[in-house]
Amino acid sequence: MARKLSMKQAVNEAIDQEMTRDPSVIMMGEDIVGGAGCEGEMDAWGGVLGVTKGLYAKHGDRLLDTPLSESAYVGAAIGAAACGMRPIAELMFIDFMGVCFDQIYNQAAKFRYMFGGKAETPVVIRAMVGAGFRAAAQHSQMLTPLFTHIPGLKVVCPSTPYDTKGLLIQSIRDNDPVIFCEHKNLYAMEGEVPEGSYAIPLGEANVVREGKHCSIVTYGLMVHRALDAAATLAKEGIEVEIVDLRTLSPLDMDTVLDSVTKTGHLVCVDEASPRCNIGTDIAAQVCMQAFGALKAQIEQVSPPHTPVPFSPTLEDLYIPSAAQVADAVRRTLKGGKH
Amino acid sequence: MAAITPIIMPKWGLSMKEGTVNDWLVEVGTQITVGMPILDVETDKIANAVEAPDAGFLRRKVATVGEVLPVKALLGVLADKEVGDAEIDAYIASFVVPSADADDAADAAPAYLYVEVDGLRIRYARRGKAEGTPVLFIHGFGGDLDNWLFNIDAIGEKHPVIALDLPGHGQSAVQLPGTRLPALADFVGRFMSVIDVQQAHLVGHSVGGAIAAQVALVQPQRVASLSLIDSAGFGPDINTGYTEGFTKAVSRRELKPVLELLFKDPALVSRQMVDDVLKYKRLDGVTELLTSLNEGLFKDGQQVAQPGLALAGTGKPVLMVWGKDDQIVPAAHAANAPPGATVELFDGVGHMAQMERAGDVNRLILRHIGD
Repeated sequence: MARKLSMKQAVNEAIDQEMTRDPSVIMMGEDIVGGAGCEGEMDAWGGVLGVTKGLYAKHGDRLLDTPLSESAYVGAAIGAAACGMRPIAELMFIDFMGVCFDQIYNQAAKFRYMFGGKAETPVVIRAMVGAGFRAAAQHSQMLTPLFTHIPGLKVVCPSTPYDTKGLLIQSIRDNDPVIFCEHKNLYAMEGEVPEGSYAIPLGEANVVREGKHCSIVTYGLMVHRALDAAATLAKEGIEVEIVDLRTLSPLDMDTVLDSVTKTGHLVCVDEASPRCNIGTDIAAQVCMQAFGALKAQIEQVSPPHTPVPFSPTLEDLYIPSAAQVADAVRRTLKGGKH
Repeated sequence: MAAITPIIMPKWGLSMKEGTVNDWLVEVGTQITVGMPILDVETDKIANAVEAPDAGFLRRKVATVGEVLPVKALLGVLADKEVGDAEIDAYIASFVVPSADADDAADAAPAYLYVEVDGLRIRYARRGKAEGTPVLFIHGFGGDLDNWLFNIDAIGEKHPVIALDLPGHGQSAVQLPGTRLPALADFVGRFMSVIDVQQAHLVGHSVGGAIAAQVALVQPQRVASLSLIDSAGFGPDINTGYTEGFTKAVSRRELKPVLELLFKDPALVSRQMVDDVLKYKRLDGVTELLTSLNEGLFKDGQQVAQPGLALAGTGKPVLMVWGKDDQIVPAAHAANAPPGATVELFDGVGHMAQMERAGDVNRLILRHIGD
């Protein structure tokens, strides 16, 4: 498996292969083809960062450039899903979810339940998440916890090109609405990706590093910060185990509990704002389900409870660093107070 | 001058670049015989013992436990007692790890090749000596050519070696030429034609052993000898709990205990091994393919065909190697070896004898096919 793709190419290939396999897969979004109403080159844009470039040439009008109205096209995608299509809606930045939230949490998430299983909503809403892009407070948020809060939605946030392709293919095939979160600072990351189609089940965490001293539970970009921290700590004789959640809803607590039972120490790392985020939920569930396994306090690494700053210097300080993760591991292993 | 023999980081498998020193198994000053396990090394795929390449005394441990070192790095020094400490110091000081650029042509060649056979894209590796009758490695149900990671290069030092991913396995096309042994054996014969190999020493593991035996029955001209490891095709019994569990498992949590059945020591099943198998199993069509292969090869908990029982008529030299603790195909089937076969059973070894006891298995194969 020598072929390498960037995460951006992995997204493109997953959509391409599923559109080829299943004629009911369609795509809607802003500028995903050439920009609405534009003249000339129809494939000029391919999305705000070029993720869908080349798909129009292969699949034609199954990709639809929409007006700048998230509430309209996300609603249209959800309606099309309820009527038998498998739409993928691209919402440039997850920060724009606010204007189409009723369609998502009150409609898409509820159809299966309220219609007694007679309606399904196989829609995927893709959006970029995360800070570090110098894109200021309205284009940099990690809003994953907003969606895990809502029963009926599935929430995915991959950390590698391999996982991105397999999880996106599974999300498209899934019969429930999936919020697919792509970290913009991982788009350029390269990794080995098989050429054939494959699906990774939703709700299965991945142990990306094994260790016996402390568990780090995280997802998305923070997986790589945790790996950097683990490399530093290994030099001190500390072997951490890193659980990449991959899917945030449903949540693979079995893998988390197995790991914490083994190590007795837990550090939750989440790029989302610190109150009621994925990390605090993991910490709460571990306390409730495996308190006896804990040898010391749980540590949490998250950004401060502020909007993402526009100043590059401040933004870099805002995002949790490998050094902060390593410090948190040392603190719980010491068992002392902060 | 008395000889100094370096113990170096081995290259296990085509993708190995470095290994971690897990543990020294002998102390400095111990008298060493050829093939004696000296230290444990772990790669991202598996842990195994590094064996003594020569006899002598372990004079120096150069690598420390926990150290990560590149392939061919100096791990330790063997020498006679007469060799002075100063001479050993000088040897260590002047030892240069061959860099990746300085690798020989075999290492610089692409690790994997692809060929189309009857419309199916097949991945294979071709390494080792240029001249001589090649040795063809055939893996088993759900396996791939990496099952031979401890064997390919060791046998390759004396013979040309070829290992393939059977159709529907590894990184070959997700498609089968048929689900029964005759179809699979015909395909192996076609593969040999396409890559222009008239005859080979066949080394088969598990179902790959049954395929090799079937090739010997129907295309005897293609087979110089058979080396069969924990082989199917020599009796009715098969642990279908394994084959079905392997087919059905979709997550790490489900797959790991199934893979642990393969080895006597379940700790050999690494995170990477489970990951690699999951990556294969997640490919579109693989689950359906394994399900149909299961139905073609096994019925009512038994092996459908036993070509091994007819091998006596072929007159081919046969080596049978088996782990006594094989939980997939019982070692008792070794009793059905053809007359004149060399049969070796290993204590404390499971279904993966070629990995669990790689050094011994390599020596047996080399002795069997002639080095």
